[in-house]
Amino acid sequence: MSRAAPELTVDSVTGIDVSLAVAGPGARAYAFIIDWHIRLVVALAWYVSAALLYNGHLSLLAPDTAQGRWFGLVLLPAAAIYFLYHWVLELAMRGRTPGKRMAGVQIVARDGSAPTAGALLSRNVFRLIDCLPVAYGVGLIAVAFTDEQVRIGDMAAGTLLVYERLSAAPAIAGALLPGSPLDAAGLELVQELLARWSALEAAARSRLAQQLLARYGGDGSVAPDTALRSRLERLTGT
Amino acid sequence: MSPSGNDAARRRALAASLLERAPLWRAADQRARRLARAVSDDAEDAARLADDYRLLAHDLARARTLIPQTRTREYLEAAYARAHAALYHGAWHLGSELLKLFRDEVPAVVRWLAPYIVWSTAIFVVTLLAGFALVHRYPELIALFASPDLIASVEHGHLWTQGLLNIVPSAVLSVQILANNIVVSLIAYCAGFLFGLGTLYILGLNGLMLGAVFAFVSQHGLAAQLFAFLAPHGFVELSVMCLSGAAGAAVGDALIRPGHATRTESFRTAALRSGKLLIACAVLLVGSGVLEGYVSPDPRFSLTARLGIGIGYWLVMVALLSGRLLRWPTAS
Repeated sequence: MSRAAPELTVDSVTGIDVSLAVAGPGARAYAFIIDWHIRLVVALAWYVSAALLYNGHLSLLAPDTAQGRWFGLVLLPAAAIYFLYHWVLELAMRGRTPGKRMAGVQIVARDGSAPTAGALLSRNVFRLIDCLPVAYGVGLIAVAFTDEQVRIGDMAAGTLLVYERLSAAPAIAGALLPGSPLDAAGLELVQELLARWSALEAAARSRLAQQLLARYGGDGSVAPDTALRSRLERLTGT
Repeated sequence: MSPSGNDAARRRALAASLLERAPLWRAADQRARRLARAVSDDAEDAARLADDYRLLAHDLARARTLIPQTRTREYLEAAYARAHAALYHGAWHLGSELLKLFRDEVPAVVRWLAPYIVWSTAIFVVTLLAGFALVHRYPELIALFASPDLIASVEHGHLWTQGLLNIVPSAVLSVQILANNIVVSLIAYCAGFLFGLGTLYILGLNGLMLGAVFAFVSQHGLAAQLFAFLAPHGFVELSVMCLSGAAGAAVGDALIRPGHATRTESFRTAALRSGKLLIACAVLLVGSGVLEGYVSPDPRFSLTARLGIGIGYWLVMVALLSGRLLRWPTAS
């Protein structure tokens, strides 16, 4: 039996509550893996390029002399990129990182607002506990066994990781036509297929078009690509 | 037409009229985004946000009933949440957030933690005295607290800190020290998660070690040198250790005595409040690390200069933690 995804519900004076879907361990891990790769690649890129420039020849090893400058110019920035990545970016991007953005999640406070700087920093302090013993074991166990799917850092900071819902309005080009067999969901599907028509492979778009036409009472028989597109356009009234 | 057919037609007509309002939602959403990013200072924009909020709430309620399984409803949920955040929480500025943290929130946490600070300092001092007494009475026990290299160095009549700058450059030394201190400080805090026992252990162990080493060096006539080495950075570094311990103890106390709240809720409240102090601690340890790398091992600094720097930096710490250091931006 599947468990319904938990939601953060915030009361409103309008009587219509604000509802945000809480991200689970999969989305968290996905975001973290992207972020980990980004910070590793950027830190390594810094190290390699700075070491090559510093040495002036093809060597990545520290020279015997000028240890302090090597440390300050090559090692320290690379280490800072790797270790301060989450601290700095979550602050600068209001609870997001590139990985979180790609995974479609963001950190919010328990009232649904952007978290405070103190909460974001506290959340990162507790990475020390969450990352134990290896590979964020404690954090993942906490996420798996808490109702709101939070790691210990989130518990401490009063934050949640929620899905970022659609940031762009769906392409509702026209209203539902009287007498059209399409309902609102069908209209969205057909319009989205038409919008992505040229980006899809011919076989895939034909198959999808036939399925949609069959579902909404149109002529779902096999037909050339252009004919299927015309049938879909007639269905939407465009 | 049958009653069910009539109902379907009615719902369809309502959904159609709802979808025609999409341009209004887009305009409302764009306004909320502008205001949330503080890229708009248009008073009319701000005034219309309340109308937008009501519009989105109204249409979302209809969408939840009429077209629940659609992307349009999803979009309305998101637009409504953004308008709610913009209306109730305003724009988010990193600078003012950080200023608020250090000027208002950290001093409030320090006041709240005052009893814990007293207790963690007392534990540290007691264990320091215990470590001193222990090694003073049984010198061979120093092997429990110090490395063989340190012991050999002191037995040969010089501190391990002498000539440190000849081995490691100041920049490297500073970063190594501050990174180590910050990690110890964070661990002392996070260890409070173990019902405060971890914090107690780390505080006690550090106190015992410092006391034991002081007793050992004093037996070899090097106590004044060690004090001179510690003076520039030690006042703040040891204070921060006690502060981190106090924050960890508060978390442990919240878990042991949750009061009327659940343990999780009590932990969350205590950790959210006390965690802010750790940010100030980390900042203070950066300064302390710089002093320990550049000033403490440098023999050109006299004891008076070292004490002046150490006490001066400690006073800066007190001013920061009491909120006085950053209060000037709001003075008018």
